[in-house]
Amino acid sequence: MPRDHYLNASYGIRSWLLTTDHKRIALLYLISVTFFFFIGGIFATMIRIHLLTPAGALVTPETYNKLFTMHGVAMIFFFLIPSIPAVLGNFLIPPMIGAKDLAFPKINLLSWYIYIIGGCFVLYSFSTGGLDTGWTFYTPLSSIYSNSAVTPAVLGIFINGFSSILTGLNFIVTIHTMRAPGMTWFRLPLFAWAHYATSLVMILGTPVVAITLLLAGLERMFHLGFFNPAMGGDPILFQHLFWFYSHPAVYIMILPSMGVVSEIIPTFARKPIFGYHFIAASSIAIAVIGFLVWAHHMFVTGESTYAALAFSFLSYLVAIPSAVKVFNWTASLYKGSISWDAPMLYALGFIGLFTIGGLTGLFLACLGLDIHIHDTYFVIAHFHYIMVGGAVMGYVGGLHYWWPKITGKLYPEALSRFAAIVLFIGFNLTFFPQFILGYLGMPRRYHSYPPEFQVLNVLSTAGASVLALGYLLPMAYLTWSMRYGKVAGPNPWPATGLEWKTDSPPPAENFHVTPVVDWEPYDYRNRPDLGLVAGASLTPAHGDD
Amino acid sequence: MQSQLPLYPPEASNFAPHVDSLMVFITTISFLFASAITVAIVYFFFKFHRQQPNAVGVPIYGDMRLEYAWIIVPLILALGMFSWGAVVYVDYRHNPPDTLDIYLIGKQWMWKVQQPNGLKEINELHVPVGRNVRLTLASEDVIHDFFVPAFRVKMDVVPGHYNTMWFRPTKPGRYHFFCSQYCGTNHAIMGGWVTVMEPTDYAAWLSGSSGAEANPVAAGEKLFVERACVTCHVANGTGRAPSLNGVYGAQVLLADGTTVAADDAYIRESILEPNAKIVAGYQPLMPTFQGQLTEEQILALIAYIRSLESQPVPEKGAGIAPSARK
Repeated sequence: MPRDHYLNASYGIRSWLLTTDHKRIALLYLISVTFFFFIGGIFATMIRIHLLTPAGALVTPETYNKLFTMHGVAMIFFFLIPSIPAVLGNFLIPPMIGAKDLAFPKINLLSWYIYIIGGCFVLYSFSTGGLDTGWTFYTPLSSIYSNSAVTPAVLGIFINGFSSILTGLNFIVTIHTMRAPGMTWFRLPLFAWAHYATSLVMILGTPVVAITLLLAGLERMFHLGFFNPAMGGDPILFQHLFWFYSHPAVYIMILPSMGVVSEIIPTFARKPIFGYHFIAASSIAIAVIGFLVWAHHMFVTGESTYAALAFSFLSYLVAIPSAVKVFNWTASLYKGSISWDAPMLYALGFIGLFTIGGLTGLFLACLGLDIHIHDTYFVIAHFHYIMVGGAVMGYVGGLHYWWPKITGKLYPEALSRFAAIVLFIGFNLTFFPQFILGYLGMPRRYHSYPPEFQVLNVLSTAGASVLALGYLLPMAYLTWSMRYGKVAGPNPWPATGLEWKTDSPPPAENFHVTPVVDWEPYDYRNRPDLGLVAGASLTPAHGDD
Repeated sequence: MQSQLPLYPPEASNFAPHVDSLMVFITTISFLFASAITVAIVYFFFKFHRQQPNAVGVPIYGDMRLEYAWIIVPLILALGMFSWGAVVYVDYRHNPPDTLDIYLIGKQWMWKVQQPNGLKEINELHVPVGRNVRLTLASEDVIHDFFVPAFRVKMDVVPGHYNTMWFRPTKPGRYHFFCSQYCGTNHAIMGGWVTVMEPTDYAAWLSGSSGAEANPVAAGEKLFVERACVTCHVANGTGRAPSLNGVYGAQVLLADGTTVAADDAYIRESILEPNAKIVAGYQPLMPTFQGQLTEEQILALIAYIRSLESQPVPEKGAGIAPSARK
């Protein structure tokens, strides 16, 4: 371990709560998002236990409705959206581009405090009556009819939105202005490209959902008629505004994960990524087209046929850049020197699960098919494949990849590979049966169901217990490794990124001397410092650059 | 014959075979695609497993021909899925002529059904096999959704306006229907059964149990008098508001020179928001009935106005456009 690093640069609770070091703020986020993941996970566990029997095994209908609502709110707004950007992005973007910190360190700390304040509002809602509107807050159920603690929850999400906006702003300014000498745009790690695209969505989308939820809250508090048809409002307007953000929000969750995978694959295949420019451009394409597909959530609301045709068509277009990424990642493995370390297993698991999640999106984008599967368990399975199979798999993989950089320690190798496999199997056992349940016609958000759906529900719950093990194992051994793990050294894999040129853990200012970049991204050819032996052939095949 | 663990629900409407074919088509393409990716990853994973701890891979930066190929081929397949899906969807949305019209009202947490002769049902829906059925959906409170898996049909029930849907049952039997838009506490038990009957059985059932039921036309006529609609909407066209004779289903000429088809949604809007569309030659005098009528009462009024379809249209003071006169 280096003698001086960011963890021992200063001591005491004040040195953490008033820090402006992006690495320490990332750890504050790591602790807080893990807390919300745990809360959301407990709700999920109770949901799966409850659904073991057709009549519902555990709780009352009111409580069940609160469980799935609070599961969604905690997981989406307080875990998935901040997870990779605020933890890994916060920690890694400055060292990846050769900067000492983000452009606005104090705003970075402010965004964490805003997140905590928003989180407190939501926890207040959870603990004083709970929330039973569904995480989508559809009006007029949320604004007029629900008897639960809706107001503090929408205020909490409104406040939390500013945290997201500030983080996005910080990333964009940092990537524009703080790159080290020689770090050109097309030498940026794909992780940085993915975060750039994510930040665009955060800045442009979040204000819309924040205002929308505020309007629903105002309608509830002061009986205004934005969405209430009895006062001349339109409940469908809420859905348009809500999905204008909440569909792009899916890309806030998945794009950073794609960035993680684009880092892991070249490192563990020890070769440049296939089609760098296509992967970078596809991130931007997803962010832009992602803003034009929102009404595909509303094909059965009675929207005009022409609108439905346009939104279906655009939804198929947004699938193409995701497919391009999957093809390029797969091609990157060809003639690699592939190691079977845990981060690689997570990344490959991500590709498998994301591919299923993405392909099932084609079913839902299909107008004639969506009518039948809309609002059924097919949708539940689809978005869990994207958001858990994709986003969370990438997040856990990224934690494994950069853990030695963050903590300076290594975790147990064999156990970590085992955990990755358990997570992959557990996930499929939990969510694959739900595709079939959905096609059979089981609607979502049901606290009880007809007996013919029981077998598949029991299968799903059994799978969830394997999945839970897959999450608890890494939590346990990663925590253990902070104290007992072997010292990692600056570049254990070794990887080509700039963040691996500094100590592990890095010093408070990230680099002892400002680095100068004179190599292309993921280039193992001109890096004698990595101590690797070149293979038989080093002649590049057809170059795209 | 369905096995113990079926993969799809029974096919009991005109839409079901089309939707299932679409499902098979997209599943096949997706399966081929996912298999190709999986085989490639697994093969590379073992074939190119690192043999020496210090070995690096062969640097390959990309291939433009491959990039174009894997953009264009998926795009063509995606457009194929889009087009087929669009054709099926247009069929869903295009109501055929000559339908059996049934009204459905969703409210927390039950379904009220009104058959064409006024017969009321709760959480049950009886329909004849082989007949095009059109449902008009209204909500008393929040958004609900009427979903019949065996028919592969689903439509949101949105407060504030009517949605319609149609289907043609193809197989007698009893099938689940569900509410599939989350609507509060008892959302999961807001369901019931669709009974598909032979046409003769349906006719017998309809006449056999209708005796005690209120006739919606009579109920609507009573409301029409009670709520004083009749004082302005005078049948012979001499009132301050247009005569409603012959209006239902005809074209109405509006003050701004456009015409509008007088369907259920137009009549409902004219009752609740009278100033939204003013008939040519009349003043915006009518008060709103927003919040003063239940969805059922509105349906009764519509049924009454519909019953005036064949009444003689006066020369002056008619609601309908001159060119639409019969």
